[in-house]
Amino acid sequence: MKLLPAIAALSLVAVTSAAHAADPNLGRNLAATCANCHGTNGNAVEGAGMDSLAGMDKAKILRKLADYKSGDKPATIMHQISKGYTEAQLDLIAGYFAAQK
Amino acid sequence: MMLMKRRDFLKVGAAAGAMASLYGCAGGGKASGHVVVVGGGYGGATIAKYLRMWSEGSVQVTLIERNPTFISCPISNLVIGGQKTMEDITISYDGLKNKWGVRVIQDDVVAVNTEKRSISLAKGGGMNYDRLVLSPGVDFMFDQIPGLNNADAQSKILHAWKAGAQTVALRKQLENMKDGGTYAIAIPKAPYRCPPGPYERACLVANYFKQNKPKSKVVILDANEDVTSKKGLFTKAWSDLYKGIIEYRNNSEVKDVDVANNTAILEFDKFKADVLNIIPPHRAGDIAAKSGLKLINNRWVDVNWLSMESTNTPGVHVLGDAIFPAPTMPKSGHMANQHGKLAAAAILNQLAGQEPNPTPVVMNTCYSFVDAKNVIHVASVHQYDEVTKTVQPVKGAGGVSMARNEIEGKAAIGWARNIWADMLT
Repeated sequence: MKLLPAIAALSLVAVTSAAHAADPNLGRNLAATCANCHGTNGNAVEGAGMDSLAGMDKAKILRKLADYKSGDKPATIMHQISKGYTEAQLDLIAGYFAAQK
Repeated sequence: MMLMKRRDFLKVGAAAGAMASLYGCAGGGKASGHVVVVGGGYGGATIAKYLRMWSEGSVQVTLIERNPTFISCPISNLVIGGQKTMEDITISYDGLKNKWGVRVIQDDVVAVNTEKRSISLAKGGGMNYDRLVLSPGVDFMFDQIPGLNNADAQSKILHAWKAGAQTVALRKQLENMKDGGTYAIAIPKAPYRCPPGPYERACLVANYFKQNKPKSKVVILDANEDVTSKKGLFTKAWSDLYKGIIEYRNNSEVKDVDVANNTAILEFDKFKADVLNIIPPHRAGDIAAKSGLKLINNRWVDVNWLSMESTNTPGVHVLGDAIFPAPTMPKSGHMANQHGKLAAAAILNQLAGQEPNPTPVVMNTCYSFVDAKNVIHVASVHQYDEVTKTVQPVKGAGGVSMARNEIEGKAAIGWARNIWADMLT
């Protein structure tokens, strides 16, 4: 009888931690928030003046983003947008785009 | 023939749905099932494509849209201003059909049965769904402006707040207006679709007058206390570029109209214009408003920000302008596209028996033209917050342009070309 509440509590913990585990598609989902301007999966429309990120080296993407954040790279808008994502999120985004064709 | 095809498709959809339920019980696996998307605008077109793309074709998607083609609201002010044509903002649904395998049906959804998980179509018949997505945009509350609450009045006093025939008609009214005339645009109280849109339109009409009808005036009748978006940048454009042309009047809510005299009736005042452009207050599109979904302020659908599902009707996801927005979130095409991706990811998890992503992020970028070439933006990033159970704007991120500039004029067109491709091709 006394075991039941303990089991219930344990399964609650299990459920809670499962709900908070990172989604396996997190990188894909985060990168999709960039697609409005940079194209689906980072394939920007040619000649539309936006950087195509698909297949770009991950380190290069991360360096650009860091420079936007710090202000080292002048921007009209990316300095404001890059600050909205955590370092871990930017890492996932850069990794996702680097892996695209 | 058409019916046979539809039936065959439904069989496939139903079978896939049954399989999804099995997988659901098993607690994992690949997503499958039939998702019906109502409305092919920025939200609906995006989710239709992303469901097909991310499921690698394992989820069946039917998109029901009343118009034969997509016509973009963003950039439509440039048609009114004379820089662009309707052709520039019109895109076919062929990409969704042929490249992505979305079944596109031109029809109106007249009823939703959330218990039976089915919808009914205006042309007859209907279909079942495993998950339903409503992306119906807005409908206007013409009853708030009694004189405008009939078809004849609405054909004379335009809103042009849904791109299409009214965009062309408003442009024609401006072309036919004599030099020395007045164009008035009336803005409803926030929240309304596209916060900076009316101020952009005022700029582009003033730009047209400046070049073609220099004795004419633009009057902004704003129901709000102040300019609701990009205030400093717009007011600077008005004084730098359109001094003596644009006049801004705050707290000027239109209560009624005298159609015969083209006159807007305010609380204590009247305003007669040669071209009267009234944007009535709006609410969630009819199909969302009448399907039993929980509304806030009797106008906007309350959604769960992890899945975009209605808070009282699980299985029905709502996108775009129809929802009650998260804090500081604008009703914009860009945001609707982001809602579409958030919901696509959630639906695919749900159809595979998994929980939605617990940490969604959405962001917004909105460009406004202040003349034919110079543009100003506002941007924001919104991260899910477990405590408030909504997406909250990230402090220190986002913002507006330093000043109007031509570089962003090019970026705005680049944005449009990319987001249209992201939705439709």
